[in-house]
Amino acid sequence: MYKYDHYDQAIVDARVEEFRDQVRRRIAGDMTEDQFKPLRLMNGLYLQLHAYMLRVAIPYGTLDSRQMRMLAHIARKYDRDYGHFTTRQNIQYNWIKLEDAPDILADLATVEMHAIQTSGNCIRNISSDQYAGAAADEVTDPRPWAELLRQWSTFHPEFSYLPRKFKIAVIASPTDRAAMRLHDIGIEMVERDGQLGGRIFVGGGMGRTPMIAPEIKDFVTSADLLSYLEACLRVYNRHGRRDNIYKARIKILIHELGADEYRRQVEAEFAHVKTLGLDPPAAEYDRIAAFFAAPAFDADAPDAIDRSDPDFALWVDQNVAAHKQPGHAIVTISLKPAGGIPGDASSAQIDLMADLAERYSFDELRVTHAQNIVLPHVRKADLHAIWMALADAGLAEANLDLISDIIACPGLDYCSLANARSIPVAQKIAARFASPERQRDIGELKLKISGCINACGHHHAGHIGILGVDRKGTENYQLLLGGSGAEDASLGKITGPGFDEDGVVDAIERTVEKYRTLRTDGERFLDTYRRVGMDPFKEAIYG
Amino acid sequence: MGELRFRDDATHDEPAVTLDSFLDQSNATAVRIEPGDDARALLPHLDRLALIDVSFPKYRDGRGYSSARILREAGFKGELRASGDVLVDQIAFMRRCGFDSFAPDAPLDQAVVAASLARYEHVYQGAADSAVPVWKRRHG
Repeated sequence: MYKYDHYDQAIVDARVEEFRDQVRRRIAGDMTEDQFKPLRLMNGLYLQLHAYMLRVAIPYGTLDSRQMRMLAHIARKYDRDYGHFTTRQNIQYNWIKLEDAPDILADLATVEMHAIQTSGNCIRNISSDQYAGAAADEVTDPRPWAELLRQWSTFHPEFSYLPRKFKIAVIASPTDRAAMRLHDIGIEMVERDGQLGGRIFVGGGMGRTPMIAPEIKDFVTSADLLSYLEACLRVYNRHGRRDNIYKARIKILIHELGADEYRRQVEAEFAHVKTLGLDPPAAEYDRIAAFFAAPAFDADAPDAIDRSDPDFALWVDQNVAAHKQPGHAIVTISLKPAGGIPGDASSAQIDLMADLAERYSFDELRVTHAQNIVLPHVRKADLHAIWMALADAGLAEANLDLISDIIACPGLDYCSLANARSIPVAQKIAARFASPERQRDIGELKLKISGCINACGHHHAGHIGILGVDRKGTENYQLLLGGSGAEDASLGKITGPGFDEDGVVDAIERTVEKYRTLRTDGERFLDTYRRVGMDPFKEAIYG
Repeated sequence: MGELRFRDDATHDEPAVTLDSFLDQSNATAVRIEPGDDARALLPHLDRLALIDVSFPKYRDGRGYSSARILREAGFKGELRASGDVLVDQIAFMRRCGFDSFAPDAPLDQAVVAASLARYEHVYQGAADSAVPVWKRRHG
């Protein structure tokens, strides 16, 4: 885990004081709401339907037990005793008072956390692979690179008033667990001739115009990485559209210019930028990487798991993944209990997860873009004790990547942009497929729900996606099939006319039942869809 | 208009002309560029320019930050002015991008400007100012 030095701490502390001053000026009436808005947004403070919402950054989704407990403390002291983990590996609080916001930032700063650039038209929190440092298939740990990018992008003076928000993901495995190619910039760290560097994808995104990022550069050496990104951003800042908010993301620029012309402009800019000396020396990477050294794993940890408790065995099969270290495992804690709100956790649950991390996972936790929590470094011998503790707290749902492990945006229950509710739809689907046996029989099925076209619930990337729209004043739900946010990224296609809330649940059931009749051995829903196409499903749905 | 200037030389009095008229063989020594203008068009002429005024019709439009850096990176030593919808909380970033004078539409509270410029002792990245990024401080 990265630890702040006095420079990092001084910068975050100064931010708290700056924001305290800005809030004071706003409350005193020295600033209009219009003038205050971009300032509060750069601190993650949104004005929502009922209250202010504060989004706290969890850089690349990694945190320790002390930080996790602070998240519980904030929920307890300033909110309604719960928080909501987001698809960008952050946490947000839905019931914040403006006058409390500076104190919350001050509390966060005591545990090396902040809300810097969690909104606004700037470079947002850098996201990464939740299995970083634990997965057997990674070339390197992507988090030192993500931390370098965090520092480079923090208060970047040139890129704080971009045409639109800007999201960067860094991974270092051929398996993409971070929806890398659906980011404004996706970086896959790779090794070539013994050298580390990045494969750079630019111009992905969801929203109303979903795009999978094209590869802009097949290899940028690690020594040039920040200069190359500086060039990518400068071309965007200068030429990205500002006449229409819906066409302002970098994906539209690249779509209109073409990837080749964008690449040409970036290369020309890079040739200039590289002369400016903006790249930190390798020693800075080494300094950061040392914080992410592997923990002192127990070399003698037994590899066998006692599976005599059948419920425990089911949870192990579903929610536990292979670790690079023998005798160890990666645990995903599902925040998708039946009837719950996807991604929500109470302060007591957050505290419990912190306790488990401290006791069993070398004091580390991760937040996943699918709104779950990971204990990355667990001894297999401790799995049963962890499962027992989770079960007591309502956190032992064995549904990772199953149909009830739903990504959903806050929707019309909270969000001022939404057209339709997402949470009740997620709950109805989870209720319809409540039987664990049925879910396991259906197998891997990533279902994602957005309450409006902005696609915060990643519906384009769902094996099954749902998009809530407003149709003549009533909520209507469109169904999409065939999306994927993984290394085989694809965008879902709309099946046809939309449905009401119960209708869309019925349509999903018909889709799933059709899949069960069509699948061959070992085929996931997505595989079957890709093999047979949309028509058989369309017929089953609308028949 | 509240003027704010971080230069010791005398204020440049000649009115700034548009980029088009400047490029049209003007002898002007002051030019005004709009967000959509290509700052690089000025690079062959920097040595005869005393003032470049970068217009910010809306504070949200951040193209002028890149224009400023491009001009400073090319060695422009004259006055670089941000004018228009320039807000007090933007001054620090603009200073880092190379602006050394400001002509905001609405007057700025000088005390708030001073406090915001003094607030951050450290910066994470190099820019067009002389601030030393922390990675350089860490490694000497």
